[in-house]
Amino acid sequence: MPRQEIELPYRIDYLSILDEQGKVDQDLEPDVDKDFLLKLHRGMLLGRRFDERLLQLQRQGRMGTFAPITGQEAAQIGAVAALEDSDWLVPSFREMAAEIWRGKTMENVILLYAGYNEGGAIPDGLNNLPIAIPVGTQTLHAAGIAYAMKYRQEKHVAMVFFGDGATSEGDFHEALNFAGVFQVPVVFVCQNNHWAISIPRSKQTRSKTLAQKALAYGVPGIQVDGNDVLAVYSAAREAVERARSGDGPSMIECVTYRMSVHTTADDPKRYRREEDVEGWVAKDPITRFEKYLKSRKIFTDKKIEAIEAEIKQEIKEAVERSEKKMEELGDPLLMFDHVFAELPPYLREQHEELRKELRQDST
Amino acid sequence: MQQLGMGQAVNQALREEMTRDERVFIAGEGVGVSIHDNPMLPTADLLKDFGVARVKDTPVSEAAIAGLAVGAAVSGLRPVVEIMFNPFFTLASDMIVNHAAKLRYLSGGKSTFPLVVRIKTGAGFGAGCQHAHNLEAWVAHCPGLKVVMPSTPADAKGLLKAAIRDDNPVVFIEDMMLYFVPEPVPAEEYLTPIGKAEVKRQGRDVTVVTWSKMLGVALKAAAGLAQEGIEAEVVDLRTLVPLDRETIISSVRKTGRLVVLHEATRTGGFSGEVCALVTEEAFSSLKAPFRRVTGPDIPVPVSPPLERFYIPDEEQLIAAVKEIV
Repeated sequence: MPRQEIELPYRIDYLSILDEQGKVDQDLEPDVDKDFLLKLHRGMLLGRRFDERLLQLQRQGRMGTFAPITGQEAAQIGAVAALEDSDWLVPSFREMAAEIWRGKTMENVILLYAGYNEGGAIPDGLNNLPIAIPVGTQTLHAAGIAYAMKYRQEKHVAMVFFGDGATSEGDFHEALNFAGVFQVPVVFVCQNNHWAISIPRSKQTRSKTLAQKALAYGVPGIQVDGNDVLAVYSAAREAVERARSGDGPSMIECVTYRMSVHTTADDPKRYRREEDVEGWVAKDPITRFEKYLKSRKIFTDKKIEAIEAEIKQEIKEAVERSEKKMEELGDPLLMFDHVFAELPPYLREQHEELRKELRQDST
Repeated sequence: MQQLGMGQAVNQALREEMTRDERVFIAGEGVGVSIHDNPMLPTADLLKDFGVARVKDTPVSEAAIAGLAVGAAVSGLRPVVEIMFNPFFTLASDMIVNHAAKLRYLSGGKSTFPLVVRIKTGAGFGAGCQHAHNLEAWVAHCPGLKVVMPSTPADAKGLLKAAIRDDNPVVFIEDMMLYFVPEPVPAEEYLTPIGKAEVKRQGRDVTVVTWSKMLGVALKAAAGLAQEGIEAEVVDLRTLVPLDRETIISSVRKTGRLVVLHEATRTGGFSGEVCALVTEEAFSSLKAPFRRVTGPDIPVPVSPPLERFYIPDEEQLIAAVKEIV
């Protein structure tokens, strides 16, 4: 036969477990306990409420630009919930909920966006990377971390987040290729939130799915309802298990929506219609999960109120701690200390120049 | 003492560090299975002796090679990755400049990136401007990177070992012409400190500041000048960042004259930095204007006669010295 279809090793599935009404597909429902479900809910709700609070702080001038996550809580929490503490999280810049799940403190989030690099410090024992601003670059770091895991024969996994826009970057393709060739334990999680700043998903690529891009590198890919925390979790668990057992990388495309601005520096009204956003309100990841939890009698409205109050208090305390810390970290000379492991002579001189300048200003 | 080319000296440094520390591994295009069976090349026989886990041939993907180093370094390994030719640095530059160099800073000094990026460089092979392009001034301009550019095999060995043990990202640039020039290299274990220049020849009349392959040109010119009674002091920077300012300044204070010699093109070249430093710190010691001897501001030509014209030589250096002495 001169011309015939070549069979590829993988196909692209779409996975949805919890529909918009909170109705579950019982055949696909993951087998997890009640406490775990409550933890997923709390992680998402904390992400939402903290996001709202950050937006207020930014609008009040108490911190700088940041990238809100509202609408993407399920894609983030569902994915990181499949990780062990000893695994690695490699975020881009819109994974605040995932970072907090993984142990980043809320005050560090505020500190970083208020301009204190100390907020980017990863606490001891936590395997997270600082956020990455240039789009898609962190995918290569995750491949490198996974390479190190394999090198040391450790059974840890690296999970890297990126957006739909990042799939147009060369780094994303090079990372998938490296991970595929080296068969290293990395999970690529694409949060397809339909917008790369002002460029819609339809203008990002002609590909029908983003998940299919993994296939070109011999890496399995799956598309999931990114607003369905159970679907994201199930896909992530499968991918993490594959990686941990030595069967190499995977890619998960979470189809979700950026309900808010790209960052606090832009006005989405210039490039998208309100109606487009409204369609996604009905698909809200938290609302549908709460319906599901209530239908399973796991909690009541009263219980939700109590969790809301608890979260509100935690956020309040974190804001207070961050503002106190900002006063402690007020010394601008500290910035010279973070460039190298030691202060080289020329930086010591520049440090001294600024110190003199500051002293003159204060007199 | 053993006579080694710079490639062999680099090879010895890699072997010693890989034997000493299991966290050290190398990766790059053809670092394992090379197209050349030449014992003078830096990664010769490492695959045979250390195996595929520690000597990794990678897909052709400079960004991924450098990104691999960033990820492996932050998770506790000490990668030494190779960028085959200096012009390909541009493909890896985002990983090196925006990530290796900045992530420590962005983590408030917490995360560390102990990695070495070895880059092969230098005109003289007739391979043209997309294989030869000295970009050390670019790299030196980026905060958070150390930049090492050795001139002798002995220095290359000690400096590479120091670079591998350094807790910062180090860009280590090797001129390939030096791979084929054997010189004495101590067989024993030693480290050469990063950030220390070396006076390779003492002199009283003029200071010649140089690095990498141009050291040979400087020493030849100095020998020629000596026959005419002009004693040149030759300062080999070895490290561009952090720059050993004291050695440069004290030499110029002694001689009162400065010529900077490098193969890279002139405009925006690192000679500008050296001259600015001397003007700021030792202006009153200068008895004459400084001079720069560099490659012309054109891409490296392929044609051998044109390439010879491109690379600065001792006649140019001697002429420059005579203009100010």
